[in-house]
Amino acid sequence: MFYREAGDFKTSYRDDAQTFPIAFDRLRYYLVLAVALGVIPFMINDYWANAVIVPFLIWSIAAIGLNILMGYAGQVSLGTGGFMAVGAYATFKLMTSFPDLNIVIIVVLSGFITAGVGVLFGLPSLRIKGFYLAVATLAAQFFLIWLFNRVGWFYNYSASGQINAPERTVLGIAVTGPASPPWAQYFICLFFVLVVAWMARNLTRGSVGRSWMAIRDMDIAAEIIGVNPLKAKLTAFAVSSFFIGIAGSLFFSVYLGAVEVGEAFGIEKSFIALFAVIIGGLGSIFGSFAGAAFMVLFPVLLKNILVNGLNWPTDLAAHIQLMVIGGLIIVFLILEPHGLAALWRVIKEKLRLWPFPH
Amino acid sequence: MKLTRLAAVAVAATVAAGPALADLVFPSLSYRTGPYAAGGIPFADGYKDYFTLLNERDGGIGGVKIQVPECETAYNTEKGVECYESTKGGAALVYQPLSTGITYQIIPKASQDKIPVHTMGYGRTSSVNGKVFEWVFNYPANYWDGASIAIKHILDLNGGNIAGKKIALVYHNSAYGKEPIRTLEELAKKHGYEFKAIPVDHPGQEQKAQWLEIRRDRPDYVLMWGWGVMNQVAVQEAANIRFPMENFIGIWWSGSENDVRPAGEGAHGYKALNIHKTGMDFPIYDDLKKYVYDKGLAAGAGDQIGTVLYSRGMYAAVLAAEAARKAQELAGTPNINATQMRDGMEALEITAARLVELGLPEFGPAFKVTCENHGGSGEGLVQQWDAKEGKWVILTGFIASDREVIDPLIAEDSEAYAKENNIAPRCN
Repeated sequence: MFYREAGDFKTSYRDDAQTFPIAFDRLRYYLVLAVALGVIPFMINDYWANAVIVPFLIWSIAAIGLNILMGYAGQVSLGTGGFMAVGAYATFKLMTSFPDLNIVIIVVLSGFITAGVGVLFGLPSLRIKGFYLAVATLAAQFFLIWLFNRVGWFYNYSASGQINAPERTVLGIAVTGPASPPWAQYFICLFFVLVVAWMARNLTRGSVGRSWMAIRDMDIAAEIIGVNPLKAKLTAFAVSSFFIGIAGSLFFSVYLGAVEVGEAFGIEKSFIALFAVIIGGLGSIFGSFAGAAFMVLFPVLLKNILVNGLNWPTDLAAHIQLMVIGGLIIVFLILEPHGLAALWRVIKEKLRLWPFPH
Repeated sequence: MKLTRLAAVAVAATVAAGPALADLVFPSLSYRTGPYAAGGIPFADGYKDYFTLLNERDGGIGGVKIQVPECETAYNTEKGVECYESTKGGAALVYQPLSTGITYQIIPKASQDKIPVHTMGYGRTSSVNGKVFEWVFNYPANYWDGASIAIKHILDLNGGNIAGKKIALVYHNSAYGKEPIRTLEELAKKHGYEFKAIPVDHPGQEQKAQWLEIRRDRPDYVLMWGWGVMNQVAVQEAANIRFPMENFIGIWWSGSENDVRPAGEGAHGYKALNIHKTGMDFPIYDDLKKYVYDKGLAAGAGDQIGTVLYSRGMYAAVLAAEAARKAQELAGTPNINATQMRDGMEALEITAARLVELGLPEFGPAFKVTCENHGGSGEGLVQQWDAKEGKWVILTGFIASDREVIDPLIAEDSEAYAKENNIAPRCN
């Protein structure tokens, strides 16, 4: 009824190529933005910021980053945790070396540093594919964690090897450190999420994104039609690592504040990002958000229902939670191998035809 | 978006069902799952059971009932943060996260929220310095005390001279395990032993390479800073290479029954430090049996009673309850808040006579907390595993640590923290 192309006339190519060609979709998008910018900041408290929304936003950035590499360019990566660590340690070194530098600039610089490291570890992708590349990126994961644990320079030789984020402000308001108000933490993360999602969406619609997808679909054919695999693969690694670096940087400075590399950026983190991308849907920006929500929000929700709602013992709830989430991952992969994004797409198709499905 | 809305409903329900404000709330950030559950379960049980005893026997502390809301962290920092944020709203009096990683997270947050943190024998060692760490306490002893006590014990065994001896440290490669390295290096300078640190990565199930290194280097003594499954594997590996067990000394987190039982006879003679005594030979267990166990109120499965880590959880609860009592006395009201609790912790004094009253004669050292010193007396004892009897035998009395070496290190580290965070020293 409402969700349809019919009657929504486009009079220019520009209109025709916009991100949300359907009026209802546009409206929904602006509504989400309005809620994110105008409602949540006034309702958010410490619990919501630190336990729910900030981690969700940060994991969304990481999932978008990994989705560019895996979903759009078809290069498997298990090194997300390691690249996030690069972002975090770059942020720490920049924060402590240049105390006057604005945190927003530091986060972006950390993204660039991670992009450089990502390109370096992306080089093997020119020769190897699939499982072999997965193993190479796995090596990156372990190597980077080992490096940050081993070399004292990265953690300023602190006795415990922990890194702590000092307080930094944006426009006079603390966004890192314990004194930062929850809405400020939320806003800084939201800002980066919006920028990253916007960039990712437009990159994937343009020539760069098309060359990634050509490489993904069949690299030899892509090469024959004139896509440079070196450029396509390395830009995919660079952009992906840039986003993941931003995620790691925010993860350390805004969300946790104190980080120990093996615990905070271990292989489990690579798996969370990987699952978020697969559950959410490969090659979809919306899917990255949906996947991050599933991996980050769902466990917290389940815990709150089981422990606080039903008063179950905490250990039983923790075990049930693992089983439920594991089970759901399998169910999703069987029923909808293309992820939550595909589910969403099917709903949209149905809505378009509703109420006359034939 | 749908998920967020559902979560909103769930959290709204949580807030509505929060603890009544009149109670004394001691949140327990426990871990009964994950690779460190073997250590987390007995500690959480002991912590809970003691408070249950106070509720059942005395009607709480000073007539106010106690609540112990539990939150599962699985030794994971992010879950720890979630637990901290979800429990702090309910008038939490003190946090005891039993994880050095989570402690580092919580220290700045709790200082901001004005809730005290008690990290008994773990956490950030330099929080001994109350001038800098107003809200953090780590009495009665800390890691650097532990390192020094172990070296003192080795000195005693060698007639006071260990120059030229080789001492290796097998440590959990995390903030926790790295803590003693500086102290052991300083002590090496003082006593002239040769020091080598050997890291084991989380979770520590694979230690073949490390023990091969030990077999090759043949150190005279091996110290261990391990936790969870790492301890069991290390003890087993030491037995496999026939390392003399009496020369293998673990920190107090590597000295529970869970750590030595899997190695069977091979673990006989393994030593570990402890900050309190252990076993069932204390009058308090009569009360616990009468008011808690026999009524079916024991926490968890009730199968951990009397073990080393159960005793430690109980000891943590005893110290928290004593501090709360002191706080009630100072504040002149039984309904204390977190700030008054902090004052109570800072004025805490545990005497031998008080321990007898509590039914725990000579259970721990007598100590006094002051504004400058949040670390207590820094004493520990050495216990040895008797595999045939299946119990820990206490070898020494409480040994004091070498403050001469530790105090400058504490001053250095805490001053660095104060400078990073613009903290003006207190207690002037």
